[in-house]
Amino acid sequence: MMRRIIFLLAALVAPAAWAAGGGALPYSFEPDLSNKSSMQRGAKLYMNYCAGCHSLQYLRYSRMAEDLDIPEEVVEANLRFTGEKIQNHLTGVMPEASASWFGKQPPDLTLVTRWHKNGPSWVYSFLRTFYVDESTANGTNNLVLENTAMPHVLWPLQGYQALDEDHGESSGGHGGHGPAAPAFTQVREGSMSEQEYAQAVGDLVNFLTYAGEPARLHRAGLGIKVIAFLLIFALIAYLLKREYWRDVH
Amino acid sequence: MANKFMTWIDDRFPATKLWNEHIAEYYAPKNFNFWYFFGSLALLVLVNQLLTGIWLTMFYKPSAAEAFASVEYIMRDVEWGWLIRYMHSTGASAFFIVVYMHMFRALLYGSYQKPRELIWIFGCLIFLALMAEAFMGYVLPWGNMSYWGAQVIISLFGAIPVVGEGITTWIKGDFIIADATLNRFFALHVVAIPFALVGLVIAHIMALHHVGSNNPDGVEIKAKKDEKGIPLDGIPFHPYYTVKDIFGTAVFLILFAAVIFFAPTFGGYFIEPPNFTPADPLATPEHIAPVWYYTPYYAILRAVTVDFIISAKLWGVILFASSVLILFFLPWLDRSPVRSIRYKGWIFKGMLTAFVVAFLLLGYLGTQPPGGWRTLASQIGTFVYFAFFLGMPFYSKLDKTKPVPERVTE
Repeated sequence: MMRRIIFLLAALVAPAAWAAGGGALPYSFEPDLSNKSSMQRGAKLYMNYCAGCHSLQYLRYSRMAEDLDIPEEVVEANLRFTGEKIQNHLTGVMPEASASWFGKQPPDLTLVTRWHKNGPSWVYSFLRTFYVDESTANGTNNLVLENTAMPHVLWPLQGYQALDEDHGESSGGHGGHGPAAPAFTQVREGSMSEQEYAQAVGDLVNFLTYAGEPARLHRAGLGIKVIAFLLIFALIAYLLKREYWRDVH
Repeated sequence: MANKFMTWIDDRFPATKLWNEHIAEYYAPKNFNFWYFFGSLALLVLVNQLLTGIWLTMFYKPSAAEAFASVEYIMRDVEWGWLIRYMHSTGASAFFIVVYMHMFRALLYGSYQKPRELIWIFGCLIFLALMAEAFMGYVLPWGNMSYWGAQVIISLFGAIPVVGEGITTWIKGDFIIADATLNRFFALHVVAIPFALVGLVIAHIMALHHVGSNNPDGVEIKAKKDEKGIPLDGIPFHPYYTVKDIFGTAVFLILFAAVIFFAPTFGGYFIEPPNFTPADPLATPEHIAPVWYYTPYYAILRAVTVDFIISAKLWGVILFASSVLILFFLPWLDRSPVRSIRYKGWIFKGMLTAFVVAFLLLGYLGTQPPGGWRTLASQIGTFVYFAFFLGMPFYSKLDKTKPVPERVTE
């Protein structure tokens, strides 16, 4: 009986683990929603570099302030540029204008970390793999999303990098052989070192992962309590069953 | 006092009679094993779906313009909305896991054989209703996979000659999948099919309690009774199986909670990633795959790749429909003199193993893009699937069976 249960448990979890490992992205990133200061820094980066063009239309300023322990005054003073009410959603500053600049409307990013099986790793890799490519309209290209209309918005932080020749342009993103960090050469310095930039992108992805599912902040914690209760309940139920079944066997 | 009250009720409504007939004096075989948990679990999941579904309808908006945002509203602004939604979405997958196990149990122990043919047929109807219910439910969040999944499935009707195109328009209520489609799917998902499901479940249980439960030995326990007319190998459902099922429920809930709280999308198998972008008629997802529980049948649908008299697509539709409908004929395809696999011979054991392998293989292939070895593999899988059923009248007759004991063995 117990062996069967363990087998079923394993069978249940195995495909999820397998799916989580699939898809070769240049970098992998495990979001950490217990790190509030990281998400706060991510929120700040988002407001400064992303919010101009992209909306987070399902997230409210007030909810963000509450969940990430950001005082509402700080949100009103530093994180909200449009003068809206704090209960409002984070609709972009000028999404229509940016549509005419880039040829298409920049997508809403509330659920961006849920669009792909490895959503957080996808966004993390996307933001780290912009490289100089003179053949495109805005002078940069991306390893994860080839020919993206988005320019390298974070260049003041990362600077510009060139993709090394032998790496080959199409080997990233799809169908590569496992995560292998692509080879880039820095062609223009940004304000951050490579390590600092990786950390900043991580902060941003942590924030976006939170924005994609605010319930995720509490989900696992509640789950442990629920399962702990159910384990005790199962034990009592088992003892009760054994007691009743004494007279059958 | 309590006695007087019950007498008053029983004079007007057969409460005690129903309780005794179905619970307290329903004698079930004492040798139920692991596989017998899934009937009560299916009922549990049905109740879960009905209750969480009612709460979801309080906040969900069945309109193409608002549906997607209303689901995000439930996930964010509704108190415990995320939990209710994940219980419902995980419940859909759990329903199929439980029902597939329950059906497999019937195959193992011949629970569909005489006199339980109608229990099996009601069960097959429940399975059909469940497939329709889950399909329409998947459309409601109005994500991009909802949209394109519906597009693929509804277009199947277009393969029917002459009237096909007309039927697809009639189902959609528009020339494309649109607001009208979403609205009617909502009505069917929330009102019509749940009614049918509950009615069928009642019929399924009434038929079961009329003829009595089968068991892992396939022995008819009613054949040996004591002087009071109680089967010697039977025990009252309550309290013995109620306490046992409570334990089964607890174990099930642990697994169910593990998914809800730690992996609600189950790596993209329970909620697919493209469904986190709103429905977009202009952007097809890279790879349209149905949710896992349809994938064996989806692989059968795609197995035919050449036109042969009729189009390959129509062959696919015919095979797909036959693969579900053939289940109904099982009681008459099995001509084995014994019920349980314990007393059947190696041919049946081999065929059942091949069938399970083929079903799992088809399930895997249905999640993958077609082409190459996968097409050949799904053709072989489809062949084995049908061979299990269509060959049964012959191999079940040929198979060497062992003698069945008079009483249950455990």
